[in-house]
Amino acid sequence: MARSTSTIPFAGTPEQEKRLNDVIHEHLSDKGALMPVLQKAQDIYGYLPIEVQKMIAAGLNVPLEEVYGVATFYSQFSLYPKGKYKISVCLGTACYVKGSGDVFEELSKKLNIKSGECTVDGRFSLDACRCVGACGLAPVLTVNDEVYGKVTVDDIDTILAKYMD
Amino acid sequence: MENVNLKINGISVSAPKDATILEAARLAGINIPTLCYLKDVNQIGACRMCLVEVKGARSFAAACVQPVGEGMEVYTNTPALRRSRKNTLELILSTHDKKCLSCSRSGDCELQRLSREYGVDDNKYTGENPHYELDDSAAHMIRDNNKCILCRRCVGACAAQGIGVIGPNRRGFASHIGCAFEMDLADTSCVSCGQCIIACPTGALYEKDDTEKVFAALGDPDKFVVVQTAPAVRAALGESFGMPIGTNVEGKMVAALRRLGFDKVFDTNFSADLTIMEEANEFIERVQNGGKLPLITSCSPGWVKFCEHYYEDFIDNLSSCKSPQQMFGAIAKTYYAEKIGVDPKNMYVVSVMPCTAKKFEHGRDNQAAAGVDDVDAVLTTRELASMIKRAGLMFEYLPDEEYDQPLGIATGAGVIFGATGGVMEAALRTAVETLTGEELTGDALNFTEVRGTKGIKEATYKVGDLDVKVAVASGLKNARQLLDDIRAGRANYHFVEIMACPGGCVNGGGQPIQPASVRNNTDIRALRAKVLYDEDASLPLRKSHDNPVIKELYDTYLEKPGSHKAHEILHTTYVKRGL
Repeated sequence: MARSTSTIPFAGTPEQEKRLNDVIHEHLSDKGALMPVLQKAQDIYGYLPIEVQKMIAAGLNVPLEEVYGVATFYSQFSLYPKGKYKISVCLGTACYVKGSGDVFEELSKKLNIKSGECTVDGRFSLDACRCVGACGLAPVLTVNDEVYGKVTVDDIDTILAKYMD
Repeated sequence: MENVNLKINGISVSAPKDATILEAARLAGINIPTLCYLKDVNQIGACRMCLVEVKGARSFAAACVQPVGEGMEVYTNTPALRRSRKNTLELILSTHDKKCLSCSRSGDCELQRLSREYGVDDNKYTGENPHYELDDSAAHMIRDNNKCILCRRCVGACAAQGIGVIGPNRRGFASHIGCAFEMDLADTSCVSCGQCIIACPTGALYEKDDTEKVFAALGDPDKFVVVQTAPAVRAALGESFGMPIGTNVEGKMVAALRRLGFDKVFDTNFSADLTIMEEANEFIERVQNGGKLPLITSCSPGWVKFCEHYYEDFIDNLSSCKSPQQMFGAIAKTYYAEKIGVDPKNMYVVSVMPCTAKKFEHGRDNQAAAGVDDVDAVLTTRELASMIKRAGLMFEYLPDEEYDQPLGIATGAGVIFGATGGVMEAALRTAVETLTGEELTGDALNFTEVRGTKGIKEATYKVGDLDVKVAVASGLKNARQLLDDIRAGRANYHFVEIMACPGGCVNGGGQPIQPASVRNNTDIRALRAKVLYDEDASLPLRKSHDNPVIKELYDTYLEKPGSHKAHEILHTTYVKRGL
């Protein structure tokens, strides 16, 4: 199985590390501290790379594998950073029936990343999501807060071009 | 303990209040099938094989976790339960790589046995099948997740060792057992103890098979092939041939090795005696010259690797002695090769070990006394059994034969190395005589306080003017506790023995695999250890320094324990490995 470490270099700051250590310290005596610490760590760093998970493992004195096991069990956690432009493709029922699966596949191919990952230049990240509440516009994708409806595979180049500043 | 009364399949049973239904059923002579449950290792009620009907309950209960209750009525063998278990097996098999014909566990696989018992249709559910690449990165083992049933017994075994480098990753259909960030096992702080292998109910985990390598050496006319067998192998090899647990098969094993074609059949018990000479000397020197204490034994390569990863600050406490396996290879390729006029380059040393970490150990740095590797190939007890079967040797009908001389001569001190406390006891026999100058005889030879399968044992012995405080730990979780106590100043010892596997080498990761149905109800460690203590008691020589070959080795070659030459050949170094 391919290693799941991010190819984007870790750029944590001393301030972030201090905040994480404070969080760990705060939860040290709690039973089940791992979940809240992971949640707050993701708030601090935006994602949970190996460097952050190692700090949590050492701080809470639990094996790194246990931290990773929990981080990969819950979909709220991400091992990869989010891009400057976060693309979410709705794979909910209505959008899927209207062909959002093809849109997702095409984006994945064009950006050369899998679901949850970020491009090497940090520009785009790609996620699948479930229903943004705009089924009438299916299939739908969002880029940060911008919503695109009735998207087809042919629209993808035009959409991506808007963010190539 | 208070008892409660219940009925299982209409049979009245009285069971301890804290027993599970599974344990109570056993008292009534009823076996409930299990897959994920393994006593002391994994109790999570996940696999759903042990489901039973409890009268009045709204659904089936998992017998491995459900406690008994007063007046409870339990049924273990109803048509609904048989259907449920069969269906569970068929669902497990829907993503299982059903390659039984070539599987190392075929014949002693728990999944295979239950599938046969329940008459499953192994093709009932077909659909998407995940494919996993083998992880063969580690020196000692392979993980094949295509045969994994996600029972988590390996995860429990790793956690019970206080290590935890494997666990369940991701969720749902993507769940699989692996390492953090999907790292290769070799890139983690795995210590190679192999406790996960002997916990696995299927063929998902197995040692790296070196039998063909050894057969090739045996068939090479230019090679002088020498074999050594560790103490604990004789206490368990018979299990692979249907003999009861706790049968000593030393004589038949020697006969089998000779018939396999080894030029000389020698005993690691000999080099265990040699280890004691060097280690007792090291201990006395450290005590007399203010050296680093406690001295900690270095025979168990799983423990040594654990120390190098997790307790780097204790590396200087480790004895610099090579392990008996490596000392054997070193002496075979120097002293013995010179004696018989064989070029060490043409000598091929094979070890048979109860251990998977020995496969890692023989590739370590600084283990090449004659300029070539001390040991060329390491087989587990299981691999030796497989070679004996492949060679068509009818093991149970073989005569009892004796080891070859000179490296097959050993004392009772050497044989007890295979059980927790054995190295300590052997070392004490020599250290006490050396320090006091008085001969130990009879009961004084038995240091019974350090015997037994308890995880941590402590004792104080008066040796001359000194109160020698010793401790023995087996199982790395116990080692953690002991080392944490020493580090924090809560405990203070002169001499500590640590073995990686719970119970010592007799319960090593390379020993014949006993299914959960046996392990849940039998103390295998104690039965196998008894073989070694019985052999020790029956031998005329029970102190390493009384071994005549050892005496000659020092008189004619090494000069004295701890000499410059002994250091060059018999001692080694350690490295900090980090986490």
